[in-house]
Amino acid sequence: MTCSEFLQELTDYLDNTMDQRTRAELEDHLQWCHNCYVVCNTTKRTIEIYRDSQLFELPDDLRNRLRTAIIGKCKQHKANTEA
Amino acid sequence: MSNDDWLTEYFEAERGRLQSLAYRMLGSRGDAEDVVQDAFLKAFQNLGQFQGQSKFYTWLVRIAVNEALMRLRRRRPERMVSLDEDVKTEEDSMPREVADWSPNPEQLYSQAELKDILSKTVQGLPPGFRTVFVLRDVEGLSTEETAEALSLSVPAVKSRLLRARLQLRDRLNKFFKRRDGESKQ
Repeated sequence: MTCSEFLQELTDYLDNTMDQRTRAELEDHLQWCHNCYVVCNTTKRTIEIYRDSQLFELPDDLRNRLRTAIIGKCKQHKANTEA
Repeated sequence: MSNDDWLTEYFEAERGRLQSLAYRMLGSRGDAEDVVQDAFLKAFQNLGQFQGQSKFYTWLVRIAVNEALMRLRRRRPERMVSLDEDVKTEEDSMPREVADWSPNPEQLYSQAELKDILSKTVQGLPPGFRTVFVLRDVEGLSTEETAEALSLSVPAVKSRLLRARLQLRDRLNKFFKRRDGESKQ
């Protein structure tokens, strides 16, 4: 297996959505190719860091404002269609 | 419970996920707020068009993604922004630098610095890649759900996801790579 072939399979490898035989081939490649080992490991960390990040939590006041706006819009729409 | 009551309750339950998705796509809290409002209103108005063949959340995501893309287009009228915007060759996703990272790269920065780094890095991806990455890896939709929400094929989602992940990894390298003298894990 070449490094390019390894990279093409990386997503399925990280998501554990491949057959055992292909997985074994990839793991064999990882045993001796340090570059692919590092790329695989750091890509996995990239996903974990984003998944674990609470980056985009909105503050409570914004949540409440949004909630009020949504319910208001829905009520207004309902009133308009019933009028 | 009427459809309207049910929908309002459903919106309330899913609002957080939709807000996060819109914020990650647009990088602006104000725009994210508007997108979610508009998406919920459109869903409310078009409930009759929901076919029931997909999950309701996936249908809602599709509406929100379209709203966010329209907003991106308005921001950059000189360029067409679409999910078809793609990177021309495979090479641009190939790792440019292979360097191992520090054992706990998140701890190299303050919480505020880390937020800034992650936010700017993901915003630097092309919209078509960024959306797939956010839905699949951050929001936790399956590959099939992501494909359905974005009207893409499963192979297209997989291809974009791979390239998005590799590009993000490459861009984070400069912040997270092991420094000289740092011990291995």
